[in-house]
Formats: sequence, C-alpha cells, structure tokens
Amino acid sequence: MNKLRPVKPWIYLLPAILFLGIFMIYPLIDVFIYSVEEGYNSASQTRFGVGGYNYSYVLRDPYFLQAVKNTFLIVIITVPISTGLALLISLGLSSIKKLQEWFQTIYFLPYVTNTLAVGLVFMILFKKTAYSDGLINMFLSMFGAGPVDFIEGSYAAKMFVMCLYTIWIVMPFKVLILTSALASVPKVYYSAAKVDGTSSFRIFRKITLPMISPMLSYLIITGFIGAFKAYSDEVALFGTDLNAAGMNTIVGYVYDMLYGNNGGYPSFAAAAAIILFAIVLTITVINLMISRKSVVK
Amino acid sequence: MDNELDYELINKKLKRKRLVKNIVVYTLLGLWGIIVLFPFYWMILTSVKSYSTYNSEYVPSFFTLSPTLQNYSDAFTTVNLGSYLLNTLIFTVITTALMLLVITLAAFAFARMNFKGKNILFTLFLALMMIPNELVIITNFTTITNLSLRNTFLGLILPSVTSVFYIYLLKENFEEVPNDLYLAAKIDGTSDLRYLRKVLVPICRPTMVTIIILKVIECWNSYVWPRLITDNEKYYLVSNGIQEIRENGFGRENIPAMMAAVVVISLPLIVLFLIFRKKIMEGVARGGTKG
Amino acid sequence: MKIVLKNLTKIFPNRNKKAGGDVVAVDNFDFEIPDGKLVGLLGPSGCGKSTTLNLISGLETPTKGQIFFGEEDVTNIPPENRGVGLVFQSYALYPHLTVFKNIQFPLENLKKDQKLTKEEMASRVKKAASLVQIDELMDRKPGELSGGQQQRVAIARALVKTPKVLLLDEPLSNLDARLRLQTREEIKRIQQETKVTTIFVTHDQDEAMSISDLIVVMKDGAVHQIDEPQKVYDHPVNLFVAKFLGTPPINVFEGEIKNNELFIGNDSVFKLKDTPDRKVYVGIRPEGFILSDSGCLKCNLNRLEVMGRDMSVISTNDACINDSGVIRSIINSDANISLGNKEVRFNLKESKVHIFDKETEDCIDIEVLRNE
Repeated sequence: MNKLRPVKPWIYLLPAILFLGIFMIYPLIDVFIYSVEEGYNSASQTRFGVGGYNYSYVLRDPYFLQAVKNTFLIVIITVPISTGLALLISLGLSSIKKLQEWFQTIYFLPYVTNTLAVGLVFMILFKKTAYSDGLINMFLSMFGAGPVDFIEGSYAAKMFVMCLYTIWIVMPFKVLILTSALASVPKVYYSAAKVDGTSSFRIFRKITLPMISPMLSYLIITGFIGAFKAYSDEVALFGTDLNAAGMNTIVGYVYDMLYGNNGGYPSFAAAAAIILFAIVLTITVINLMISRKSVVK
Repeated sequence: MDNELDYELINKKLKRKRLVKNIVVYTLLGLWGIIVLFPFYWMILTSVKSYSTYNSEYVPSFFTLSPTLQNYSDAFTTVNLGSYLLNTLIFTVITTALMLLVITLAAFAFARMNFKGKNILFTLFLALMMIPNELVIITNFTTITNLSLRNTFLGLILPSVTSVFYIYLLKENFEEVPNDLYLAAKIDGTSDLRYLRKVLVPICRPTMVTIIILKVIECWNSYVWPRLITDNEKYYLVSNGIQEIRENGFGRENIPAMMAAVVVISLPLIVLFLIFRKKIMEGVARGGTKG
Repeated sequence: MKIVLKNLTKIFPNRNKKAGGDVVAVDNFDFEIPDGKLVGLLGPSGCGKSTTLNLISGLETPTKGQIFFGEEDVTNIPPENRGVGLVFQSYALYPHLTVFKNIQFPLENLKKDQKLTKEEMASRVKKAASLVQIDELMDRKPGELSGGQQQRVAIARALVKTPKVLLLDEPLSNLDARLRLQTREEIKRIQQETKVTTIFVTHDQDEAMSISDLIVVMKDGAVHQIDEPQKVYDHPVNLFVAKFLGTPPINVFEGEIKNNELFIGNDSVFKLKDTPDRKVYVGIRPEGFILSDSGCLKCNLNRLEVMGRDMSVISTNDACINDSGVIRSIINSDANISLGNKEVRFNLKESKVHIFDKETEDCIDIEVLRNE
C-alpha cells in the first residue's frame, strides 16, 4: 500500500497523459517537422530536404490566397455584426419578462443543430435551380430585384449567404453568454442610477457596458478565433469541393491538402495550419492588448 | 397648484414611452425569433411535400395541403440514413463513456492527490487548451492511417476521448467538495476508487451531466475528423452521411427526401435540448464563461 | 421638506400563484414626517420597511394611496424627478468608477438649465466628500475601500445633488460592531449639518433609538407606533412595541386584574383605582425592579451577573413567559444580595410597568394607588 502511494496518482493520470501525448503533444511537435520537410509524400514516405519551401509554396498557391481572403472577409463581416446583434438582442431579452424564456429557448436552437444538415436548408432557400428561383429570390422579386444565384452565382452573393449563415450559427452562443452577463449585473446599480435620474442610454454606456465588458471582450476574442476556423458551414452551403466554388477557407485548405481529391500533401497542410495558427495568435494578442486597456475589472 | 397638471403630463409621457419601448423590443425579438425558426419550419415543410409537388412549385408555397411521409421512408430505404444514425449513436456513446472515465480519473488525481510535479503538469494541461485542433489533426490523420485504423470505430473514437477543458471543469468541481469528506472516508477505510464512485461522482453529478450533454452535442455534430478518417460509407456518421446524400444521394436531386433526412438527423438533439433545456444552456454558459 | 403618506398601500401578488394570497407589504400607512428630522423606520425583517422606503424613493409604485413631498403629490412621479437621495444597503457603488466619479455620477445626469460645468461639479463633489470626510480617497476604486469608507462614499453620492429627502436602507447592517457605533454618530452629524429630512430603515432598535428624532415601529406591513424614541420606550402602545424595544428586553408575565388589584401569579403587586377585572400581560422593564426583603413580587433566585456599575439578577417565576425563560432585572451593584437565599423579592417601579390586555395586547392605562 505504502509503496504504491507515489505511483498511484500517475495510474489515475495515465489514460489522460497517454491520449494527450499521442494525439496532442506529439502531433504538435510533428506538425512543425512536417512543415519544414520539403517534398514529403505520404504515399512514398520520401522527402527531398528541410527548409521553408512548403511555406513559400502555400503562400504562393492561389487557392490558399483565395482561402485567406475568404476567411478574412468572413471574420471581418461576421464578428462585429454578430456581436453587435447579439448585444442588441440580449438587451431586449433582459428588458422583458413575458415570453422571455420562450425567446431564449428559440434563440438557442441553432446551437444544438447539425450545421451540415441545417446548412442544406439555407442552401435550398437561397439556391436558384431550373425548377424554381428559391424562396429568397421570390422575396427579392417582390422588390423588383432580379433572381440571384446565391449558391453558384457571383462571389458577392455567395459571400453574403456565407456570412448570413455563419451569423445565424454563432448567434445562440453569443446571445446566451451576453444574456447571462447582463443578468449578473446587480439590479441595485440600476436602481441607484434610476434614483439619480440617469437616462437609459447613459445607464447602458456608463454602467451596463463596463460591467459586461469582460464577457464582451471574451466573446469578441473567441468570435475571432472561431471565425478564423470557419470550415464546415462552408461545406454545408457549397459542398465539399470548396476550391471549385471559390469559397474555401484556410482550414478547408488544410484539409484539402491533407486528404481528398488533391490531398496527400501533409507538409503543405502543416505549413498552412501553422500560418493560420500564427494569424490567430497575433489577432488574439492584439485583441487582448486592446481589451486589457478598455476592460474594467 | 398647476403643479398637478404637470405631473399628469409626466405620467402620460412615461406610459407612452414605455409602450413604444415595448413595441420596439418585442418586434425586434419576434423578428429574430422568426429568422431563427424559419429554416426549421422550411425543412419540416419541405420534408412533407411530395417530390412532384415540390418540383412543380416554381413559386414555393408556405404550406402544403397534402403532406406525405413518403420522403421519410425514402430517406431510410434509398440511402443508408439508418446506418448513419446507428454509427453516430455508437460513436457518441462510446466516446462519451470513455472520455468520462479518462477525465474523472485525471480530475480526481489533480483535485485530491498530492504528488511531485502536480502543479507543473496541470499548467501543462491548461496550456494544451490553447492548441487548436487544426494544428494536431494532420499528424493524427497520419497516425491513424499508419495504424490501419481508417474506417474503424477505434480510429474515429480514439483522438476525442480526452478533453483538457472538461478535466479542468471537473477538477474545479471536485475541489469544491469539502476535503473533510475525503479524510472521513479515508479513516473509514474507504479506498480512493470507492470514494470517487460513491461520494465524489454523485455529489458532482450536475457537472458530469453538463459535460455529458456537451460532449454528446459535440459528437453528434462532428464532421471534420470523421470525414478525414472514413471513406467507406459503412462508417459514415450523420454529418458525412448528409453530405453524401447531398452529393450522390437519391440518384436525382430529391430535395424533399433530403430534407426528411435533415429532419431525422436534427431531431434527436432538438428533443434532447427541449428535455434538458435549462441544463444545456447553463452548461454552455458555464463552459463559455470559464473557458 | 416634510413627507406625508396618505393611506399608502402596497400589495405584492404572490409569486406562487397556486398558493394564492397576495402579500400586503405596506398596509394603509397614514403618517407625516416633519421637515428636517431624522426618522428611523424600525421593525423585524419582512415588516415592509424597505418597501416603504422604495415607495418614498419611487422605485416602487403604490397599489393605493398617495405620497406628498411638502404640498406636492409625488405618487406618480418617477424617482429621478423626486429629488431623493438613496443609500442602498449594499451601497451600490459602481465598481469600475473611482470615488470621485461615483459621487459625480448623479450630477452628470442633470439636464438643461440644471446642467453644471465641470468646475461646478468638482466643487460640489469636493463639498460632499469633505462633509463625509473622505477627501483623501477620491482616486480609489470602491473595491479598495473598507466597508465604512464605502458607506461614506454612498452617502456623499446621495447628498451631492442636494436632495430634498435622504433615504438610507439598513445603513449600518454591513459594518462591524465598532464601526457601527461610529457610523451612526456620523449619520446623525451629517443629518444635523445638512438639515435634510432623512429616513433610515433598520431592524436594530438600538440603532433607531440612539440617533432618531422620531421612530416608526412597524410589523407585518402595519405601523404600530410613531413617536420620539424615549416616548415609545416609556409608553409602548402594545405588547409588540414593548417587547421590540429595549435591551435587555422587557420581562413579560401573565397577570390578572381582580378587585382593583394587579396580580402576577399569586402576588398582588399594585392596588389600582377602579379598573374592571380582566386577564392581562404585565411587562416590566429590567430597570423597574427594586430589591426589597418585603417586596411584593416573589421570584426564585437563579444567579447574579455583575457588570461593573450594574448587576443583573437572574431569577424565575412561574408566571413569567419570557422567551428566555428567566427574568432579568438590573439592580445597582451596591445592593446587598446573598446567594444563600433561594427566594428574592422585588418591589416594582410604577413607571416601568406596562399592562396589556390579554386579548388585544394593547396597552391599558392604569392608575396605581400608593401604598404609602
């Protein structure tokens, strides 16, 4: 019994350490090795040498550049809109009593649905086919706008649906977090402000906003990270061949390089993944620096 | 005094302001509610329209007078929806069960045992939380391929049976249980495992349930890893299945049948959500605020 | 500014609808608070004192009745237009703002012709801060202050816009015992300096007695007595008020008036002038006992507690219905008492004895015939 004592904790930890070692730590080191192994082929297990070729290849690959452009557009468009909209909706939610629970439940639904499955619904809503222009185009025509093919048409149209769907998917989490952040602001502050005759806008700006600012900045940071990793929403709307649709994202590029019709290049995939990681890290650090300044603790 | 008139005015203004505010708020909330619900409505509606009705509607109609369940039987007979569902169920149950075992043991060791290097190890664990999945998936893909575990359940399951975040969540919860309980159990001669099973786990059940629910949602919706690791339709999970149905599905573009499949896939989690609504929302909010 | 409450009633619908029954938090209040006084709303928790305060501040609207500030009916006026300063029990200082900004906050809300320049605001903030003596803390955040300091900041914030009425909700409950004594003096001083009509809520009778000009004793949403503290103590209108005020608490006995004599148990303690027979409760303040070998009230001696100047005699009597089960009487410690005696006898000071009807528990006026 006593002899066992120092070993015992490690027995409890063994499965976790084993799995983390094999599937997180080793791959983490390995991905950097992959990214510098030139001309590695997973089928023949051969390589030419070591260097930065993979990075320069990826950075020059038009598919990758398209993916970077798409990803950045998605991030820049969806993060501010979804965060702002979520704040607006949460403020509305927390100001009502009747139906509040109903609304909360409904708003959360997209969180528990399979993104690929519901993506198909968005697709048929927006898609223009030989049989029908689709529901959204029907609405557009009511305003005299011509039918637009959102799924296989112009880049702007596709990006529009893409962002719309992304926002629809990420809203539940943001609304939930902000609603609970708003609920955690002690009511007494609002009473105090009310007795002092503070206008609603000033209450929002001077009391509510500072009090929920830690949560808000958390949401913005995770929102950025999440949007940079966009992938399955794209597949849901445009199918697995995202390069052909011109709607690939950086993560999509990584997977395509790894596996699929053009796959078998783990080195390129590794280089792209590391570039993505570097971008996300930089943005997160910048975000943290900004929020450290403005967030009150 | 003319003061009284003034007060009445203030009062009236106040009431009107409140009314306007309420109208604006409820309109906004209702509008967003419609935006959220509409895709669900549309998917159910489309799934009960017959193939010919759907395709003959140049202008899609908002309701159907002759609902049919034909699409649902098509979804189960023409494509392997049943097998996708079964695979996902197996995958979800085994992954969640294994993960619970692994994280409970680890969390217990961190929360209640003293050993050399505990703090360093735990910090290391926490650091791992920041590693994005995209970075490690490349090697994992090769590892599983080299182990010839492609197109097996083992290959699907193994990489997702640990979660540093859940270990962290559970450890925090375990630590909230007074240490006296542990000491009392020790004096009574209770073994660690028995204490874990009979005391700690029952006390921390709410957190465990939250973790289970979150993991089930994650498993049910997982797409990327299964896509990389399976190319045999026999091992497809629902996400890959629906993609397969979309691309090679019913031999022709049968959207109503596709929607029926979408309904079937979405239903289990929605039902689960409606039953455990409070728990799930609390869990997600907690996961969100702590993470 | 005097405050008048007319038939003021507040009913909260019961949250559990099935259980039914609404809660009457404030039941038909009808009283006047004179200008410039410090008034304590006193009662056990859940008696509706905080609701009354919220009604006066305007945070709650009454179900019935009216509230007047001076001659103005403010019943339907929103709080911001009433000109009240409110200090919350938890102080409600904005944690992200400095002390200075916290105090300045209400001033920044002023609109139109009341709008102040930056300099005016700063000077008013400084004035308020020096009134409560927190001048050196202006750049700190609330989290860096002690409970007492936070309390002062909260008072300064309430006073900075020179309210017509200052309201304090349990102002001392979050402070430790020593600070409590100090702070209550402080509140008294501030009130006297500003002469603003001040109402504070408390469940601690000591607190209310020590600084109020007037106390309002409440229970279950109803006002029992309004008067100066000493008068309430000396002339409680009913058994509840008598029991609620005073430390140590009043001793209560079952008694009877028979043939113009007041009996406690079998002991006749007073001869009375023409009083109808009935069952009563007899309340005797601890200081109402006089040790006397020939005393009229016989009790069984339990023990003595000497506290320097005074001495407590702890004894028992079958007629006594104190919650503690014992009678506590305070006697000058010079008195001679031997512990050998099983029995101890008291005479009673007439002014410290209060008689209450057993049915209504209301005070009965009696006139004692002197024995001498």
